[in-house]
Amino acid sequence: MSVASNDKIQEEIIAEFEIFDDWLDKYNFLIELSDDLPVMDPKFKTNEYLINGCQSKVWLKADLEDGKINFTADSDAIITKGIVSLLIRVLSGFEPKDILDSDLHFIDAIGLKKNLSPTRSNGLLSMVKQMKLYALAYQTKLEQENN
Amino acid sequence: MALNVEKIRNDFPVLSRKVYDHPIAYFDNGATTQKPQQVIDTIRRYYEEDNASIHRGIHYLSEKSTETYEKARETVRKFLNASSTNEIVFTSGTTGSINAIAFSFGEQYVNKGDEVIISEMEHHANIVPWQMMCERKGAELKVIPFNEKGELILEEYEKLLSKKTRIVAITHISNTLGTINPVKEIIGMAHALKIPVLLDGAQAVQHENVDVQQLDADFYVFSGHKVYGPNGIGVLYGKEELLYEMPPYQGGGDMVDCVTFEKTTYNQLPFKFEAGTMNYIGAGGLATALDYITDLGIEDIREYEDSLLEYATGKLMSVPGIEIYGKAARKISILSFLINNIHPYDAGMVLDKLGIAVRTGTHCNQPVMDHFKITGTLRASLAFYNTKEEIDRLFEGLQRIIKMFG
Repeated sequence: MSVASNDKIQEEIIAEFEIFDDWLDKYNFLIELSDDLPVMDPKFKTNEYLINGCQSKVWLKADLEDGKINFTADSDAIITKGIVSLLIRVLSGFEPKDILDSDLHFIDAIGLKKNLSPTRSNGLLSMVKQMKLYALAYQTKLEQENN
Repeated sequence: MALNVEKIRNDFPVLSRKVYDHPIAYFDNGATTQKPQQVIDTIRRYYEEDNASIHRGIHYLSEKSTETYEKARETVRKFLNASSTNEIVFTSGTTGSINAIAFSFGEQYVNKGDEVIISEMEHHANIVPWQMMCERKGAELKVIPFNEKGELILEEYEKLLSKKTRIVAITHISNTLGTINPVKEIIGMAHALKIPVLLDGAQAVQHENVDVQQLDADFYVFSGHKVYGPNGIGVLYGKEELLYEMPPYQGGGDMVDCVTFEKTTYNQLPFKFEAGTMNYIGAGGLATALDYITDLGIEDIREYEDSLLEYATGKLMSVPGIEIYGKAARKISILSFLINNIHPYDAGMVLDKLGIAVRTGTHCNQPVMDHFKITGTLRASLAFYNTKEEIDRLFEGLQRIIKMFG
């Protein structure tokens, strides 16, 4: 997959959210999405995988398989978990380089950036940052192996 | 006389605004209060008409500005019934005041092996400065526990008091549990051993009359912004004999008497503790805020807030699966709660979109959360401009949340 297919997923998400003009409907949709998130093995819900957001906890794990990163994650808050599932849908299964190049414009487009603001409240920005850091780490590793 | 809440609400411009198409119901008064037009006007007028640095110039504006600042000090003195304005120091807020005292008192009176007593329900601002001081001085921090209702266990306090205790620092009213602590008794017990007591009044002065002489408090601190005044201004009250002995905690202009490179002598009280250009505009705004609530009548405010607390408690208790944290016999209009296992963050997010502002999280009170083995709560802290109709909206919001997440 490439950045282009990642863009396509983002457009799909934007379209899915377009039908809602009420915030509570958006939240209900995020609650539904949280159910779709594959279960994370509880043994990984440790401080090692914890992203520090002040109010809700998010655990994120990244594994490299066949040159692509698979993300697994969970949160103790349901709305946050719904957002996590969106990020995973957009970024999981891509090559590190594509993840690093991704411009996550869907966050803004569906109104999450403005209304679910910064690090202290839901860790959304820390989550994105952490996913990109994993991508960077794996990309560096791959480059070293190739040299 | 009962408060005319409808009229009072008109004094607060923010209360008439809408968020997400809903009129705002502001229940985050424990974090900060909204400002009446009178306070906003004072600040504006000060900048427009009288702005000049205080205690410096001989020119007209500087004298005017100094006069307003010193008049504000007198307003605070009267508000707390301190015996002299020498005992009223302006700071940046409660946190600033406690840090100042912890440093300065520590330098003067605390040595290796000494002890400081605080309680399990303190705000981080009344924990961390003492921890820092204890670390510096090799002293030890002792903590009074509270019971399941959220009341301090005085028998445990008595056991902690000893010849090693140098100071007791306790919150007058808890910001998470709402508990009104028996501060007169706490002070009496400490004074029996000649130990001074600091009271953190950040959540108290806006809800009940405080008379530092009657309480016999050695230090009393509060913030402007939690008492309908501006941000960045706070008060440190200290008994004159203590403040006199204590060294300044910051050096700079205005706090000095005479400066040479060999030696500097310090200004008199209270200026010794006010280094640099003080927040004189904030002090002016604070004085207006104190006048405002004094005019409304703090007892009337309390009576109305108590009726809100009773109403809100009844409403919340009727929500299935709700747990209220903080059930002290004597408490103010603060409600910390959780519904079933719904994450406070999820609930807070939904309430926000309904135009209802509550606080979620630990409220700078992690030890209290640890006590109850929870990671956070929702907190509705009510003020005299809140109404029963707004509480009904909170109740409806919670019902909706249960449907969404339950």
